[in-house]
Amino acid sequence: MTGATDPRLAAEVAVRASYGRLLAYLAASWRDVAAAEDALGDALLAALEAWPRSGVPDEPEAWLLSAARRRLVDGSRHAKVEAAAAEAIELFAERARRTASADAVFPDERLKLLFVCAHPAIDESARTPLMLQTVLGLDAATIASAFLVAPAAMSQRLVRVKAKIRDAGIRFEIPDPADFPPRVNAVLEAIYAAYGSGWDDVAGADARRKGLAEEAIWLGRLVVALLPAEPEALGLLALMLHCEARRAARRDSAGRYVPLGEQDVSLWSRAMIDEAEAALATAARASAPGRFQLEAAIQSAHARRAAVGRADWESIALLYQGLLLCAPTIGARVGHAAALAEVRGAREGLAALGDIAEESVESYQPYWALRAHLHERLGEDEPARQAYARAIGLSEEAAVREFLVARAATFRRPL
Amino acid sequence: MKYTILIYETAADFNTRTDDKKKEAYWGAYRAYTQALTSAGVMIGGAGLQPPPTATTVRQRSGKRQVQDGPFAEAKEQLGGYYVIEVPDLDHALEWAARCPAASSGAVEVRPHLAM
Repeated sequence: MTGATDPRLAAEVAVRASYGRLLAYLAASWRDVAAAEDALGDALLAALEAWPRSGVPDEPEAWLLSAARRRLVDGSRHAKVEAAAAEAIELFAERARRTASADAVFPDERLKLLFVCAHPAIDESARTPLMLQTVLGLDAATIASAFLVAPAAMSQRLVRVKAKIRDAGIRFEIPDPADFPPRVNAVLEAIYAAYGSGWDDVAGADARRKGLAEEAIWLGRLVVALLPAEPEALGLLALMLHCEARRAARRDSAGRYVPLGEQDVSLWSRAMIDEAEAALATAARASAPGRFQLEAAIQSAHARRAAVGRADWESIALLYQGLLLCAPTIGARVGHAAALAEVRGAREGLAALGDIAEESVESYQPYWALRAHLHERLGEDEPARQAYARAIGLSEEAAVREFLVARAATFRRPL
Repeated sequence: MKYTILIYETAADFNTRTDDKKKEAYWGAYRAYTQALTSAGVMIGGAGLQPPPTATTVRQRSGKRQVQDGPFAEAKEQLGGYYVIEVPDLDHALEWAARCPAASSGAVEVRPHLAM
């Protein structure tokens, strides 16, 4: 981190590279995420003021950390410290001394921070935004856009949830062995929510939250690094890498949407597929399958098309069956129907779609896109036309909408 | 809660409406969107509007009347229509707004209704 000589750049680099570590350490010591964020923000401002005059310190992170610590201690002195807070300061000061003596190397508390962000006492819809803000330092407006929420509302949610962590005394700790599997799962779910839907359908996808794929993969790698023995963490990373490997193939040179089955496999990222396969193989050695490993295995079977020219639909159908046992989401049910249609015919696929309750798919675009595709394959023009209209009306992305409009236009009657 | 989705379209969008090569996709997308709103049971009403040159703007200022051809303000994107929907909260309203075809080319504004 000492390579940069421009003070502003050095400060930004130090914070961007270490934001999550600095914040996790401050928040875990202080047990107050919002106060830690404010203090770190002030420390950065102080750095931007001081470094142009005094030069960039040898250890920019240590400088920021001690500036933030001073600010936290000062802040609570001003606020007429109560007994409990005084105790916290003592704890903090002691750790600070230990840290200082260890040559400014401070412990990595990010795992504890991740567990706090995905704590069961925290509303599920707030977990991923909180993680993105605290571990990655993303601002509320960016997060709001990715989740299609009004920026003011997102800011309020984040403020409320940080107050809850402080006031409810949610502890920065590694969960007990008994709680561990569900708590890890909550962390992984929150990261996956940042990636968005990994569902790669045959006739049209509604890719929400597409802006944060890189951030989600970064978090996925972080969890694998922090929990190397956790097969589901590896499974999640493999899943995201498999989906990400196809990014360049999802649009043709004119920007048109290309469904998975028609993608040019030479555009898939070999490096990402290899990394995903390696992660999945490592996960499999633990012999503890789970939702994310199954989803990654499904994407792995799709990726077979690059090697042997055909996706392994028999495996995909079986894997979806397994997935439905542990995570019976609407996305998994629609994916299962798509696989059945490939293995046993469009009629079977439609039957599987018919088993899904109508009210749960009213505004679920992939369901209607698949239904349209299957009716079309069976030459059932009128139901296909109706399903295409629903899928088009529910599409968010212009490229997907245009793709479906073009497909529907091959029917005799207009929409 | 009731929300109005205001549709702001670019000049290119307005031209698309009558372009022989593109109009079917344009109207097809809006018909499909309207149908999706109706099928989900959230649609209250709405209207598509004729293009901005058909607008006439009226102002009354200190007893004098001003009538002007065209929309009230020059802007790159102009009002092209609106939907009135009823959904539980703003999050749901934004979800529907994002699916409106104009969100990909122009802009879509979501406003909650005053309680009356």
